Amino acid sequence: MSDADLKSYRFRSERESEWRSLEALLEKIRKKGEKSLDREELLELPRLYRAAVSSLSTARAISLDRNLVSYLETLCAQGYLFIYGPRTTFWQKFSSFFKRDWPAAVYDAGRATLLSAAITFGFALIVFLLVQSDPEWFYPFQAFPDERTPEASVETLRATLYTESQDLGGSLSVFASHLFTHNTMVALLAFALGFAIGIPTAILLAYNGCILGAYTAIYFNKGLGYEIFGWLLIHGVTEIFAIILAGAAGFMIGGTLAFPGDKRRIDAMAEAGKKAGTIGMGIIVMLFLAALLEGFGRQLINSDMTRYLIATLTGLGWFSYFYLHGKRVS
Amino acid sequence: MAKQAVAGQNPTYRFNEHDKRMWREVVTPEGAIIHLRLADAGERAVALIIDAAIMLLTLILGAFIIFLGISDGFFSAWGEFSEILFTLFFFLLRGFYFTVFELGRKAATPGKRIMRLRVVARDGKQLTANAVFARNVMRELEVFMPFSYLLMGAGDEPVSGLMTLLILVWLGVFVFLPVFNKDKLRAGDIVAGTWVIRNPKLELAEDISQAVAGKDTSDFQFTTAQLATYGEHELQVLEDVLRNSTIEVKKAVAERIRKRIGWQPVPGESDKEFLDAFYKSLRHTLETRMLFGNRKKDKFDLEKRG
Repeated sequence: MSDADLKSYRFRSERESEWRSLEALLEKIRKKGEKSLDREELLELPRLYRAAVSSLSTARAISLDRNLVSYLETLCAQGYLFIYGPRTTFWQKFSSFFKRDWPAAVYDAGRATLLSAAITFGFALIVFLLVQSDPEWFYPFQAFPDERTPEASVETLRATLYTESQDLGGSLSVFASHLFTHNTMVALLAFALGFAIGIPTAILLAYNGCILGAYTAIYFNKGLGYEIFGWLLIHGVTEIFAIILAGAAGFMIGGTLAFPGDKRRIDAMAEAGKKAGTIGMGIIVMLFLAALLEGFGRQLINSDMTRYLIATLTGLGWFSYFYLHGKRVS
Repeated sequence: MAKQAVAGQNPTYRFNEHDKRMWREVVTPEGAIIHLRLADAGERAVALIIDAAIMLLTLILGAFIIFLGISDGFFSAWGEFSEILFTLFFFLLRGFYFTVFELGRKAATPGKRIMRLRVVARDGKQLTANAVFARNVMRELEVFMPFSYLLMGAGDEPVSGLMTLLILVWLGVFVFLPVFNKDKLRAGDIVAGTWVIRNPKLELAEDISQAVAGKDTSDFQFTTAQLATYGEHELQVLEDVLRNSTIEVKKAVAERIRKRIGWQPVPGESDKEFLDAFYKSLRHTLETRMLFGNRKKDKFDLEKRG
């Protein structure tokens, strides 16, 4: 180094080897994962990172070499992403989701959940009463083109509630098709449609409630009230709850879009979206369980008492998980 | 315009107005400011097309294996399960392809990796799983649902002309949303508090002031007035020219500088030698001024003496 060199170049040449070693460590982490670092490298990393951050501040003040400043910026950005990244493993994340994040998020969404439930059950009740007074009201809400209509005989209707053959294949196909069809799509859409200030979410929940009311009413009219609710609730407690929560998540997003409060709208949306996303991930789990209960539980269990027992147990389970445990951890 | 390779990462110098608008600031806990470059809408579109192609190929391959392997092959007794398996496979692919890849260490799907993009939380903090989930559930609304309606229709009925038009409007609104907001956010990004950036590229090139190291520069002695002509912006343009440009561009730039500062060419001087020497002298002058807190932003920034 001669006196003719610029001060900023001397600054660079004195520190370049440290930057290069930080670069090499980050490259190693990117290629082979953080586990590949040995003890000394792990101890060295934070020191090198702080040195790079301080170099960046100095470089901004004394150097006009654009390439140097942007190199340091990028180096610090990569170091920052690693140093301040999560130290948790997948399993830690997984367990904290079920222990804390999910029940707390559901508990915090209490008001949106109430709104969502009120819409679903309100419309279900209205249509239930309408169909009871006049069976013609069933037809606008007939969602499935099958034998379940007001004209069907008691025997036909009763036969749809119980399964004679105990076929594993049949259970599996019900399980698989219900992961996919109607209710999962309703749940995903109720979530996503919240984006339009929640109005389509409300319409979707109302329509879903109407279908629920219409179908239970035709069974109730034929004196099969006790049986239909057993058939419905064994998985329905979990499934309908999941759809209501999806609606609640949609309302959180839509409500924040309409009334962002003190924050900038875009920041408020991001915050609400992340909470709704936590609830949403859990909904997938609930729908999976509901599909299991529907596919196997309902096909294999044909006793009304047992069906009610399972419905009550799942109901109590979800309630205490979200509203007792959830309250504690939120 | 100039090449994208080294340039374009500095807070003070950008190629053009568009590039200038695409940079965002993040403050680390140490208080250091880092700049990130948002991805262009085009890059994201290409990434999405690559991902869609990968998903389609996987689906076809999966269907092939499931239906051939199970219906006719070793597991033929399980024939009735093939359809169920396929349904499950399609469901998992559609629902989790994006989420699983974006939760990985590179925070990017294969398409985004090829385009050198990644998903980042807008607040500068860690990208969380719920944010990734939320941004990808919105895809259901943005792309999957309108597309499947368009392709398959609702139930058994074909889609009417009016319905097709409405769906196309719907698709158009969501597809072009990123083009019409300054942060290039799609609906999923808005909800999840994320944005998509170009992966910062780490590249420390040689210091250009060293190009003249060890050479005789006594021919290039600039006066104070000559060195006061330009500011920091012009210095960085010159750096870009020296690093990335062709001989013709260098020649043109050298001519303009000579004319502007009234330089009498030394017999036999080359454009490169002249530019290197001028760069170093100018940088020396400006860095010295900088140390005394007397910066000169660009050539229009006239001397302030107080």
